[in-house]
Amino acid sequence: MAEPRRRQILDVLAGGERPVNDLVHVLGLNQPQVSKHLRVLREVGAVDVRDQGRQRLYRLNGRALKPIHDWVKDYERTWSERFNELDVVLEELKQKEEGDAGSGK
Amino acid sequence: MPEVASSGTAAVTLPTDEQILITREFDAPKHLVYRAYTEPDLVKRWWHANRGEVTIAEIDLRVGGKWRYVAVAHDGTEVGFHGEYREIVPNERLVSTETFEGLPEGVSEEDGTTLNTVTFTETEERTLVTLLIEASSKVTRDAIIDSGMEAGLQDALDLLEGVAKSLR
Repeated sequence: MAEPRRRQILDVLAGGERPVNDLVHVLGLNQPQVSKHLRVLREVGAVDVRDQGRQRLYRLNGRALKPIHDWVKDYERTWSERFNELDVVLEELKQKEEGDAGSGK
Repeated sequence: MPEVASSGTAAVTLPTDEQILITREFDAPKHLVYRAYTEPDLVKRWWHANRGEVTIAEIDLRVGGKWRYVAVAHDGTEVGFHGEYREIVPNERLVSTETFEGLPEGVSEEDGTTLNTVTFTETEERTLVTLLIEASSKVTRDAIIDSGMEAGLQDALDLLEGVAKSLR
């Protein structure tokens, strides 16, 4: 059950750097729970942390996420190319159907 | 690259550890989209993704029937995919298995097979196509995604549902 929470944390951090307290507040969990998730996220390299005064600020590790981002973009490109061609096929089918209807077939 | 004005690009997300979801809207009624998805001569015209040519598109459209697509890229590389239809609701929904014919070493055919569900939803003569690809395990899905990532990053993958989206 921990995992959806970690996804939530990443979603929140996608909006920008946040201190732990913010995450505690947004997720409605207690601090030890949030810290545990953050530790896992740091271990897998998904988030980075830095100290600012008395606060610890967490942010997404953009470089670590880049391969995934790249893959998604590449996959998206393939399917977009496919679907653009499909648009052409569909336009032709539509016209053919309208033509048939017009000629009373 | 300019945006496609009519229908936009395909949207790809990773809803769970085992899934890949692709969605796209088309300016056509669903029975035509369904035809383009199920008639070999039509499939050949769009499935190539401008990377080459679809040389084989075989479709035995009945439950238990087989399908197979082979594409040859511009550089001569050949890729094949095949599977079996599990559920067919004309103009609404197609469920089939899909196996890539060049699975990486160590991935069994069973592990390397995904269950693909395509749904066609029509609203005012436009059709939303959703393609849900479900792998038997995270390992398999990640093998599909395989992009030479380090082990640690592979672990990170399962955490990234919303993030892939937000990075767009």
